[in-house]
Amino acid sequence: MHQIEPWVVLSFCSIIFFIGFTGVLIRRNILVILMSIELMLNAVNLTFVTFSKQLNHLGGQMSVFFIITVAAAESAVGLGLVIAMFRTLRSVDTDEIQILRE
Amino acid sequence: MLFWIPLFPLIGFLINGIWYAFGQAPAGRKKAGAGLPGAIATGAIFASFVVSLMIFIQLLGQDPEHRAVEQILFNWMSVGKFHVDVAFRIDALNTLFTLVITGVGTLIHLYSIGYMGHDETPGKFFAYLNLFCFAMLMLVMGSSLPVLFLGWEGVGLCSYLLIGYWYTDIEKAKAGKKAFVVNRIGDFGFLLGMFLIYSTFGTLDFESLRHLFGHAGSLPEGVSPQVITAISLFLFVGCMGKSAQIPLYVWLPDAMAGPTPVSALIHAATMVTSGIYLVSRLNFFYTGSPTAMSVVAAVGAFTAFFAATIAITQRDIKKVLAYSTVSQLGYMFLGCGVGAFSAGVFHVITHAFFKALLFLGAGSVIHGMHEEQDIWKMGGLKSKMPRTYWTFAVGTAAICGVPLLSGFFSKDEILWKAFSSPSGSPWLWFLAAITAVMTAFYMTRLFSLTFLGAPRFEVAEHAGHSHDHPGHDHGHDHGHGHGHGAKKVKGIAVHESPLLMTLPLMILAVLSIVGGYVGWPHASWIEHWLEPVVGGGHEAASGVSESLEWILMGVSVLGALIGILTSFRVYRNLSLVEAMTRNVQWLHKILENKWYIDEIYEAVFVRPIQVFSQLLWKGFDVAVIDRIVVGFGRVSQWTGETVRVIQTGSLQVYALMLLAGLIGTAGFLIYGWH
Amino acid sequence: MDISPFFFYLFAGLAIACSTMVILKKNPVTSAFSLVLVFFAFAGIYALLDAHLIAALQVFVYTGAIMVLFVFVIMLLNADVPSFDLGRSHFLMRVSAGFSALVLLGIFVWAFKESSFHSIGGEFTLEKIEAAGGNTQVISELMFSEYILPFELTSILLLAAIVGAVAIAKRKLVGGRV
Repeated sequence: MHQIEPWVVLSFCSIIFFIGFTGVLIRRNILVILMSIELMLNAVNLTFVTFSKQLNHLGGQMSVFFIITVAAAESAVGLGLVIAMFRTLRSVDTDEIQILRE
Repeated sequence: MLFWIPLFPLIGFLINGIWYAFGQAPAGRKKAGAGLPGAIATGAIFASFVVSLMIFIQLLGQDPEHRAVEQILFNWMSVGKFHVDVAFRIDALNTLFTLVITGVGTLIHLYSIGYMGHDETPGKFFAYLNLFCFAMLMLVMGSSLPVLFLGWEGVGLCSYLLIGYWYTDIEKAKAGKKAFVVNRIGDFGFLLGMFLIYSTFGTLDFESLRHLFGHAGSLPEGVSPQVITAISLFLFVGCMGKSAQIPLYVWLPDAMAGPTPVSALIHAATMVTSGIYLVSRLNFFYTGSPTAMSVVAAVGAFTAFFAATIAITQRDIKKVLAYSTVSQLGYMFLGCGVGAFSAGVFHVITHAFFKALLFLGAGSVIHGMHEEQDIWKMGGLKSKMPRTYWTFAVGTAAICGVPLLSGFFSKDEILWKAFSSPSGSPWLWFLAAITAVMTAFYMTRLFSLTFLGAPRFEVAEHAGHSHDHPGHDHGHDHGHGHGHGAKKVKGIAVHESPLLMTLPLMILAVLSIVGGYVGWPHASWIEHWLEPVVGGGHEAASGVSESLEWILMGVSVLGALIGILTSFRVYRNLSLVEAMTRNVQWLHKILENKWYIDEIYEAVFVRPIQVFSQLLWKGFDVAVIDRIVVGFGRVSQWTGETVRVIQTGSLQVYALMLLAGLIGTAGFLIYGWH
Repeated sequence: MDISPFFFYLFAGLAIACSTMVILKKNPVTSAFSLVLVFFAFAGIYALLDAHLIAALQVFVYTGAIMVLFVFVIMLLNADVPSFDLGRSHFLMRVSAGFSALVLLGIFVWAFKESSFHSIGGEFTLEKIEAAGGNTQVISELMFSEYILPFELTSILLLAAIVGAVAIAKRKLVGGRV
């Protein structure tokens, strides 16, 4: 089998990223939207690692380390918000929280 | 030292103005008393008079050919070759003007302390008065046209402010506005003249211009006579506005709405003579252009005659004097127009004395009559106001041309020059002589109706009187005074004015008597004095002998006497007056309505402009401009309403739009350049 | 790139399939477990790319911590809501989202394919890393030397997140009592 070119890996990242993005757009359950965001973050992480590998530079992997940390924090706060929202609205439906319109 | 002359009034203005604006005005309409502001203002102008006198004495000791004091204060503006300094230059001509302005000004300031004693805002009044003196002194002392113009506009502003001084009366405010607008028309001509001078000669300095001309009557090389004529006429338009000549005289009678000392100072003695000053100052232009001279003389003579006809029928004491002023200004321009600039300036000086006297006397009468201005409601004031009576009598005699009083000398000089000088003509003389007769007639009428005969008002019975009546307030002066006083109060307690007011009257009376001796015929000091600046009097045209001069003088004296005596006889018997008036009712009506000039102007100029403005307002401003402006608003509103739909409030829709934007951006980055 | 194509395509295929399940499955519990599989697949790819520490962290943090959190929240909320299985959004929204995503994906793939990533000769070649004690050793040394400041900042961020999450999720006090 032939070698894997970097653009193939990066394209795979793009696919995962846009799957995540589509998930954000089409789902109404806020928990699934948060999961989709995690997907997008992972896709970006993989690009970092790919570049790190390709360019022989460890900065990319360092970035991924920090992104993982931030993602953990983000999940904690985001899920806290979900709980707060559910407590107020008794729902996790994003259609219910269009208060930005006002 | 020169700059002290205008500086003193400016300081007075600043003190009074700042004190008024921050000390008196915020305290509501609390009466501040005229004493202290008046004293400051009078002191300022008196100090200025002293300096003027010192300058005059300095000039007396100088060589006649180079008699001048000059001071350059600072550079005003310098643009390319255009260079203007704020500089003063006093020579034989304007030293007389500074003396008159500061001298008569001091007396009028003094008088105002008494006259404005009951006014509500004397601080403001004296501040304006000092500002006026400052501007007037700038006008006559400036060594170049721009500085003169600064003063020219300054006096116009002060005139506006003081005419509309009691601005709560809409009529008075309107009179101020009228004066301002009419003056602006004249100023337009002045500006055009000034621009033309600069583009032709490249300088606006009087001395430089005079040197360009050389001897009287000769033109600078390469300048066509037409240009000189155009410049002279443009500047004369400015003079018409400021000095109330036909056709721009209409503002001056209305200007009588201001306080009487203002009428005396601004609208009789000083500001209105600035036109004569300008013509005399630039006499070399006028002598260089016979056409302009003829125009000046004709306008002057006709104005003199025309205003005199109106003055005959006026009922308001100040209106009579106002038309008389217009008429006398016409004389002065007649003098200038026939080349006798010194005669014109001479008449300015004597006129300043006796007309200030007459106005202040009228003010005293109005003061004593409690704001009554209608001479038909006066009469018999001789015994009630003796000091005013005597001084007014002197003023009347002087303006009528009674021999050996000041008016006689100056008027006779003008009449003689109008007849004899090369640019004069018997017709001008005839018109002026008729005017002299009419002047004698209407002034005697005024005097007679005011002071002689029986009182035509209810005399209040009172034992003794004080100078200070409670409930007597100039702040509520009904300017056009058609008998409010007599109707409101049951009877009028006439009283003589306080000494503060009569003292200036007496001083001016003395000056009106002796003021003419500086121009004794054939030994005229003033003509000799002014000769280096305005040129000597022209030699009489051939065939005019000295005996003719005596004959003409006799004729004018006779004319004055006829006018006086006729008037006395007629107005002694008032029923006769009524009969006469009935006989020539149509003429009387025309004259009383001032030839309907105001109405004609209204119909010919004011109405069409108003209609046109209305048209622009309704037709263009509202219909087009406003619609465009409102249209912008409508479009924004409509767009907002329409585009608002996409603001769903749903985060996911926003994210989708973000994605769309991303596609656009990425697409542009990839394909955009190629 | 010297990675095994077989394992790459294996993990990539697994990741794509499971991601699709994440966003398409109606039940959030199914989505969550699909996501766990995606994370494992990613960990595999990291390992293929010689990023051993990241691969380990991926498993610990994502599958271990974050996913447990998700499942825990789902369990917490699912208890008293019958209609928790929410469907997808409006049809038009789905179509336009899918279309836009495909277009942009096309642009991305095209852009990656057209670009060339030459090795610019960075200092951390595979051999050097091996010589210095392996991936984890080198990254750890970097983390406590060159990247010490971001590292410390991250700790502060985590602290803030802990406080924030507690503050947000905490039940409102009633009547002033704790």
